[in-house]
Amino acid sequence: MADTLTPVLSDNWDQIRSWQLSSYQRSGGYDALRKALAMQPADVVATVKDSGLRGRGGAGFPTGMKWSFIPQDNPKPKYLVVNADESEPGTCKDIPLMLASPHTLVEGVIIASYAIRASVAFIYVRGEVLHVVRRLQQAVQEAKDAGYIGQNILGSGYDLDVVVHAGAGAYICGEETALLDSLEGRRGQPRLRPPFPAVAGLYGCPTVINNVESIASVPVIIKNGADWFSSMGTEKSKGMTLYSLSGHVTRPGQYEAPMGITLRELIDLAGGVREGHELKFWTPGGSSTPLLTSEHLDVPLDYEGVGSVGSMLGTKALQIFDDSVCVVRAVLRWTEFYKHESCGKCTPCREGTWWLVQILERLEHGKGTEEDLVTLLDLCENITGRSFCALADGATAPIASSIAHFKDEYLAHFENGGCPFDPMASTVFATAGASA
Amino acid sequence: MAENHTTATDKTVPYSTGDSKITDATIAEMREIAARYPVARSALLPMLHLVQSVEGRVTPEGIEACADVLGLTGAEVSAVATFYTMYKRRPVGDYHVGVCTNTLCAVMGGDLIFDRLKQHLDVGNDETTEDGKITLEHLECNAACDYAPVMMVNWEFFDDMTPESATQLVDDLRDGNEVKSPRGATICTWREAERVLAGYADGRADEGPTGGKATLAGLRLARERGWTAPGGSSNADTQKED
Repeated sequence: MADTLTPVLSDNWDQIRSWQLSSYQRSGGYDALRKALAMQPADVVATVKDSGLRGRGGAGFPTGMKWSFIPQDNPKPKYLVVNADESEPGTCKDIPLMLASPHTLVEGVIIASYAIRASVAFIYVRGEVLHVVRRLQQAVQEAKDAGYIGQNILGSGYDLDVVVHAGAGAYICGEETALLDSLEGRRGQPRLRPPFPAVAGLYGCPTVINNVESIASVPVIIKNGADWFSSMGTEKSKGMTLYSLSGHVTRPGQYEAPMGITLRELIDLAGGVREGHELKFWTPGGSSTPLLTSEHLDVPLDYEGVGSVGSMLGTKALQIFDDSVCVVRAVLRWTEFYKHESCGKCTPCREGTWWLVQILERLEHGKGTEEDLVTLLDLCENITGRSFCALADGATAPIASSIAHFKDEYLAHFENGGCPFDPMASTVFATAGASA
Repeated sequence: MAENHTTATDKTVPYSTGDSKITDATIAEMREIAARYPVARSALLPMLHLVQSVEGRVTPEGIEACADVLGLTGAEVSAVATFYTMYKRRPVGDYHVGVCTNTLCAVMGGDLIFDRLKQHLDVGNDETTEDGKITLEHLECNAACDYAPVMMVNWEFFDDMTPESATQLVDDLRDGNEVKSPRGATICTWREAERVLAGYADGRADEGPTGGKATLAGLRLARERGWTAPGGSSNADTQKED
């Protein structure tokens, strides 16, 4: 039985200048790269498969299996693309990881590229995080100077180039095929699948796209072995992972634990829900995962556990909202976000999110009717599953789940003739005596 | 693949139109950016960041320069430039000030901070103060929810904000006082930040800490209680950041 918290990815974050190569190497950095380069690429893939690592970007697809889909008999170049476009509301794990220890990611990039025999790897980082871009640029340069990136890496005969690429502000680029279009210098709009990126990805070539945390988990799996990794976690959700607590808890932040910890345990570690208040609703993995309530405090936070209560583990972005928050206001704001970020390619999403906002605005301002709720749910049904990508499905998740859990609160808005909540009460400065 | 150009074209770029500041040196840098990629068009996003660093916005001349370097039409480049929210058609001030108003930050105080700043600066969303110093914009989630309410200045983090600390921050920026991000560097200008995003390092990666309090919350607790992953930690007893 592992300890309650198991810092692995975050273990060097309290070291002096942990973002520099010298500090990373003092913590054993790049030992895993040496070990991997002495293995056959197929054995590196097998180790990651055996570890049970599943994609940490939300979908939970087995990472090693994704790598094994790259057709090695295809004569085209192969590419690794790291999705560092962290933008899902509530999600805030990859950014602190890249700020504190960019080399963990860079070492993972080199090992993963070697495993799939990629000649170039791209780190697509969202543009709105200047200091993260600086630290990634510096880490890649340090790795080049040390001979970890470039020609004949550590005498292995393997060549690799790594490019840090800054995006320009578009949530949709976190969707893997939209990210590829964006990386090709186009509008970030999702592609129809098949063909999947493993067959025809970047420039029509075989491509693996992985989340930052997935790739950053690779060095330690190679170093300590698949069995070590799979000794943590639950039956089908292996290893340790970063849980991000935000909102109305005493000590929000990053908590690295084995898969399957519960929210009750995490909130306890974070010092409890804001004093004088109670948990009202929460997201298990960002705003695109259906809302849960205090009924679900003991659900194991792994892929199966959260799935069994009708939501998704997603990015493990635990946004905690206490009883001062109006759920209609919260859902309206998320819906405005999806409307703004819809790329416009598919009609159900482009038009549907616009109508969702119209109806929710009416409800929040007390001008709705019970029939509006029926219309809203009908609209959700007509949007979900009818677009190229999951943005539209994400847009309907908070609406449908909030109506299921808090229908009375929606009704109270038009019985009350407006929102019954004081927006000041939910702020962090509500008790600090400050005012707007 | 067929419609892509595998190398940048050599076509001359007209740079001397209007008040554009795009020079031969800018064009040379655009070609340099294009050379980083297996297919030159991949350079378009960083090239548009470079245009903003030179012009203070995406200008028609900047669009034409990108188009000429990559062998695209101006319409193709415009289609891309108008898709992404970081590319600005109107001039941006020295400091781009963003307030997150996505749900979590909004309820934690972001809405009230944004209202206060609009009043204080006498501007609306995506508008610039008369002195050309500050452009105010409300932002979507910037991946720092554990520090809510969050603001960004030239895409550097400002954590745990209040209406008071927000007005103090913009006053300091307008007065030319040195301002540091609690998890980043001393604030540079928006144009300088855009140059870094184009891929030109500014040598400031070593400024700032490894992370803030929330970043280290779980790790500190694990250290206090002696919790580690199986096999222990090689870092638990070594020298720490403050």
